[in-house]
Amino acid sequence: MRLNSAALAAAALVASAASAEEVHVYNWSDYIDEELLSKFEEETGIDLVYDVFDSNEVLETKMLAGGSGYDVVVPTGSFLQRQIAAGAFQPLDYDKLPNAENLWDVIKERTETYDPGQQYSINYMWGTTGIGANVGEVTEALGEDAPLDSLALIFDPANMEKLAECGVHFLDAPTEVIPAALKYIGEDPDSKDPEVIAKAEEVLLAVRPYIQKFHSSEYINALANGDICVAFGWSGDILQARDRAAEADNGVEVVYNAPKEGALMWFDQMAIPADAPNPDAAHVFLNFIMDAENMAAASNYVYYANGNLASQEYLVEDVIGDTAIYPDEATLENLYTFTPYPPKVQRDVTRLWTKVKSGI
Amino acid sequence: MRRAILIGIPFIWLLALFLIPFVIVFKISLSDLALSIPPYTPQLDLSQGWAGIRDFFSQLDFENYIFLTTDDLYWRAYLSSLKIAAVATFLTLLVGYPIAYGMARAEESWRPMLLMLVILPFWTSFLIRVYSWMGILSSEGYLNQVLLALGIISDPLTILNTNAAVYIGIVYTYLPFMILPIYATLEKMDISLLEAAEDLGCSRFSAFWLVTIPLSLPGIVAGCFLVFIPTIGEFVIPSLLGGSQTLMIGKVLWEEFFSNRDWPVASAVAVILLLILVIPIVLFQRNEQKQREAGK
Repeated sequence: MRLNSAALAAAALVASAASAEEVHVYNWSDYIDEELLSKFEEETGIDLVYDVFDSNEVLETKMLAGGSGYDVVVPTGSFLQRQIAAGAFQPLDYDKLPNAENLWDVIKERTETYDPGQQYSINYMWGTTGIGANVGEVTEALGEDAPLDSLALIFDPANMEKLAECGVHFLDAPTEVIPAALKYIGEDPDSKDPEVIAKAEEVLLAVRPYIQKFHSSEYINALANGDICVAFGWSGDILQARDRAAEADNGVEVVYNAPKEGALMWFDQMAIPADAPNPDAAHVFLNFIMDAENMAAASNYVYYANGNLASQEYLVEDVIGDTAIYPDEATLENLYTFTPYPPKVQRDVTRLWTKVKSGI
Repeated sequence: MRRAILIGIPFIWLLALFLIPFVIVFKISLSDLALSIPPYTPQLDLSQGWAGIRDFFSQLDFENYIFLTTDDLYWRAYLSSLKIAAVATFLTLLVGYPIAYGMARAEESWRPMLLMLVILPFWTSFLIRVYSWMGILSSEGYLNQVLLALGIISDPLTILNTNAAVYIGIVYTYLPFMILPIYATLEKMDISLLEAAEDLGCSRFSAFWLVTIPLSLPGIVAGCFLVFIPTIGEFVIPSLLGGSQTLMIGKVLWEEFFSNRDWPVASAVAVILLLILVIPIVLFQRNEQKQREAGK
């Protein structure tokens, strides 16, 4: 009997090894409708191993070390650009990607800077970095005409002093916060000039005493629960906080605004590592994601806009009709993009960030 | 022959798990940042023969070490890590010694179970245990809820994201490493020595101080090393429980490696960290050996 079950187990192992075509996908956490994952497996018969990360830095280190074992990864545009230069990705074979015709020209144009001609990547989702506010508490602290849609809310020490009481969180991501600080004082947010970047330090140090925490994901819950009243964070995350607060019916009303001075627009791109074990399956996965209905399902779930024009007819009104997700023409004009820092400047930026956070 | 094998095995162990990784890290620390896979240059090219190897060595230099001296961040981070590690080790000893003492003096039939209880937390992932401290220490956490309910405090204490939380996390995590070696020495101790001391007029306290403590010293030293060494380079506990003002070399290393993508400088930071650890250990062992020889 025991022998039998052992033999059965061995047979099962052999069988699964024979049928197993696997694709390993490495995406941001909370960034897909998980039903899509099982749908992919059913439709294609390929086993999907889905892993998540929460910072570009971690992904980049894996890419630059090589041999990550992933077939599909999702870096943000500016990081993608640098990784392409390092030779981390393989060119896409568009013959295997018929659904690429669904992609949206507007987004394609804007990602040209990072990956000219979409040679290595396709857009998954995009968004803006802006201000989430608990309307009740902020107007209580600053009055009815509180500048909810202005960078002055988070970079003017006079405002921040009053907001410190109810709590302010910032993203722990210098490449998001420093461009915004530069935008606030009218400098080029994409500047690579160390002297210009140093001006951001003054802006940030002036409001540093009033910032409760630098963290890149905690603000979702903190904002929804009413623990903090302002967060400088990613659009979709703040919209998730808005919805969680509405569901909890706890009297917290959260709004998201892309700053009127101009907001950073970022793009998360799907690419295939140069040493991907199964590039064919990776193409199948990319093609699956670019299917209009699949892409719409993902956006409807995570509240981020995507780069897929055909998917727009399947988007729910809450997503396509919300200017915080799909900005109107005027706002879109006002968005800026960001390119990577050269290594020496990157070092200055990291150092500046350490100084802002720890005072050393 | 047999002796050669006996000595050889630990040497191979050291070579494979310490010396080779160290040489690799040291080599990276002498190279330069580059945009490639892996992200540093030069790479050793053996296909070129001797010329390749010569070329490789000619490109190595100590630039990154010189760079570390130009910014006081690194020295402050090293010093702050040493301080946090020293204080945390002392606190762990204060908590761990009485527990080990109690275990060693417990009835013999109880001891295996007590030992089991000390090891039991290892059955849960280290990460989950540190995360659960976040739930305990946060301003709406269990600790504050209990203290508020009991009326001991009227405003919630801010513990999470401070150095106090880091100390709590370290003491909790490394406590078994302190208890086990001390317990081992205390358990082997001959109780009749204490009776002799008391017969000779020692009070119970001075017998403890003059007999038990010196005899358990090897356990204390081993426990302190087991706690102190990993604590200096600790990254997970300060990043989860500490605040942005908690400065530790593990965090600086993370930033060099991940944010700056500067593997050479990160390696230089790691090499210096190793020297800071190895030198006191070597000095200590020499001292021990001298004392032992003098004792003979």
